[in-house]
Amino acid sequence: MRLRSTPAEEAFRSELREWLGVHLAQLPAHPAADDWPAQREYDTAWQRQLFDAAYAGMAWPKAYGGRESTANEELIFLEETERAGAPYIGCNFVGTLHAGPTIAAEGTAEQKERHLRPILRGDHVWCQGFSEPEAGSDLASLRTRAVRDGDHYVVTGQKIWTSHAHVADYCEMLVRTDPDSKHGGISWLIMPMDSPGIELRPLRTLTGVSEFNEMFLDEVRIPVENLVGAENDGWRVAMVTFSFERGTAFVSELLGSMVMARDLAEVAKAMGAWDDQSIRRDLAIVVAELESLWAYTKRNISTAAKTGTTGVGGSIFKLGYHDARLHLADVTTRVLARHGLALDDLGTLSRFDHVERSLYALSLSIAAGTSQIQRNIVGERLLGLPKERAWT
Amino acid sequence: MDLTLDDGQLALQEELRRFLTNEMTPERRRAMSAEPGGVDRAFWLRLAEMGVFSLTLSEAAGGVGLGIDDATIVFEELGRALVPGPLVATFLAAGFVDGAADGTIVVGAVDRGPEDLVVEHLEALDRILWSGDPATVTDVPRGRLITRPLDPTTPVSHVRATDIGPGDTVDPALRDGLLRHASLLVAAFQVGLAQAAVDLATDYAKSRQQFGRAIGSFQALKHLLADAAAATDIARAGVHAAAVAINEHDDADVEPVARLDVLAAGARIVASRAAHVAATTCIQVHGGMGYTWEVEAHLLLKRSMVLDQSLGGIASAERTVEESL
Repeated sequence: MRLRSTPAEEAFRSELREWLGVHLAQLPAHPAADDWPAQREYDTAWQRQLFDAAYAGMAWPKAYGGRESTANEELIFLEETERAGAPYIGCNFVGTLHAGPTIAAEGTAEQKERHLRPILRGDHVWCQGFSEPEAGSDLASLRTRAVRDGDHYVVTGQKIWTSHAHVADYCEMLVRTDPDSKHGGISWLIMPMDSPGIELRPLRTLTGVSEFNEMFLDEVRIPVENLVGAENDGWRVAMVTFSFERGTAFVSELLGSMVMARDLAEVAKAMGAWDDQSIRRDLAIVVAELESLWAYTKRNISTAAKTGTTGVGGSIFKLGYHDARLHLADVTTRVLARHGLALDDLGTLSRFDHVERSLYALSLSIAAGTSQIQRNIVGERLLGLPKERAWT
Repeated sequence: MDLTLDDGQLALQEELRRFLTNEMTPERRRAMSAEPGGVDRAFWLRLAEMGVFSLTLSEAAGGVGLGIDDATIVFEELGRALVPGPLVATFLAAGFVDGAADGTIVVGAVDRGPEDLVVEHLEALDRILWSGDPATVTDVPRGRLITRPLDPTTPVSHVRATDIGPGDTVDPALRDGLLRHASLLVAAFQVGLAQAAVDLATDYAKSRQQFGRAIGSFQALKHLLADAAAATDIARAGVHAAAVAINEHDDADVEPVARLDVLAAGARIVASRAAHVAATTCIQVHGGMGYTWEVEAHLLLKRSMVLDQSLGGIASAERTVEESL
């Protein structure tokens, strides 16, 4: 085992640091939380700068502007951008991390040509139309129907949890093309968001931000050439990105949490809560938990670099990370006491929205596979325990 | 960066696991508990032959010349096999107490306090390493064996502070490193206990039938086991990363020394909690039998509790992290 970077990795790090120093200094002010068009502008402008310096797609093929870097270099990129306070991936999330890699793996030459470079350059923003009101953990039971009509699919149904839908150009969408087969009756479609028949309704989340949408589809006509993979092979196409998971998904967020926990100690000292031994101890435990999760992340990345997958490592990370963030939220509540009744920090205590981030922690056991699903995965795939019943 | 075990480390793990699977049976463990001080001297010598105590000593000093990360792999296996005895203490003493490295003497370690003390394995000890400032090594004082120890595999004795001799002072330059390594190896042992608990409980959940099916198929139990397995694996990564950071520091100053103490202490905190979760889960999954001596689940929990009070204790690990904030 080793932690130290190679000379080439260190050279990459210092080059990146220098680049970040120059470009972050010229960054405009961050737009307001619910101003989605302004956020799109902000996120895509930064994406364009990353693209021009070949930092946008660390794992992407060079043919589409990526760097084809090692996972260790990607880790260094995420570490350094987080440390320097660079913007998050924001509305480029679905395009660069899911839709793009899926098209790169499964798309036709024409689809790759049309979509990959614009995604990476921040020209095209994507959203995801997978979940439905009746298809959450049991995603493959989705019912949004696509019926072939000449050279189009006519799509009718309802999607949910569609982040950034109101500013997106395209939607990666799973639709039902065969009602008689569950997993074998799903297709993966590219839906242009300016198609007639799409209606969006924002959902306000627990933190107060309207990040998600419900998306209603009424006879939306999508050209057949927008099918990625074969008809009825969409389930496999959607799962393909999981097979080359690099273990880097939560790096920025975890590093942010580690900084936030230390910041909470400063807040506690300023507010006098630091005199409470139980608060000091509990925060120390959270810091230790986050440090172990950082080690775990690195091991996942090492494992993926060797074997091509993190195995159940992603599920285990998510379970542990949610736990640690709940513990942090609990300490936060005790530190802030009545100051916690305000979502905005009072005065100049901290640059973090500690209260809002505590509420956000509740989403970590739900989004991207609930903790209950993750525990089934760990129990069945790692421990080899039998299934409760035969899943259909 | 690569936090997976390399081929040499996998071989080391495999060799020790095979040895302990064959030798450290429940019957053997029970027999050891009946020995004075709960240590089987012949077995202790065999552990020494495997390099358990001399692993990180240089080859010139009769050691194996491996790193502290390799030692965490060894101590995880010792924990997994629930090997009794003052293993970490003797390992720590091997660098400066004659006979510790080759297993001819058994060294205990106790945190020195002003009052009367509880000492583990007293009747088996040849020397005692007293932590504190300064740390000292003394002969073994007399003590009164306690009839009912918390952990049946860890006999304890009552020692009066006034009966402890002055002894030899440990070189202060060694002292800080000892505490750091102690935290790390205790943490590794705890990970081993946690893994043993997960394995024992998982095997039982697969074979025990109720309501006409294996109880491990029920999500209520499966999720308990998954949480225990997750906590264990996360703790293991924390121990390995802290060990590698310490290792690399010994070669060149990548991390400041205080940061290494925090990493080792943090690893110990997380590993201790994982062992507690896994052992209590193991008891729960076994139902009524888990609450008896028929199943070894209680030994895993009790050893973990012993370790939480050993070599600085979990409280000092928590303070170390606290003070870094």
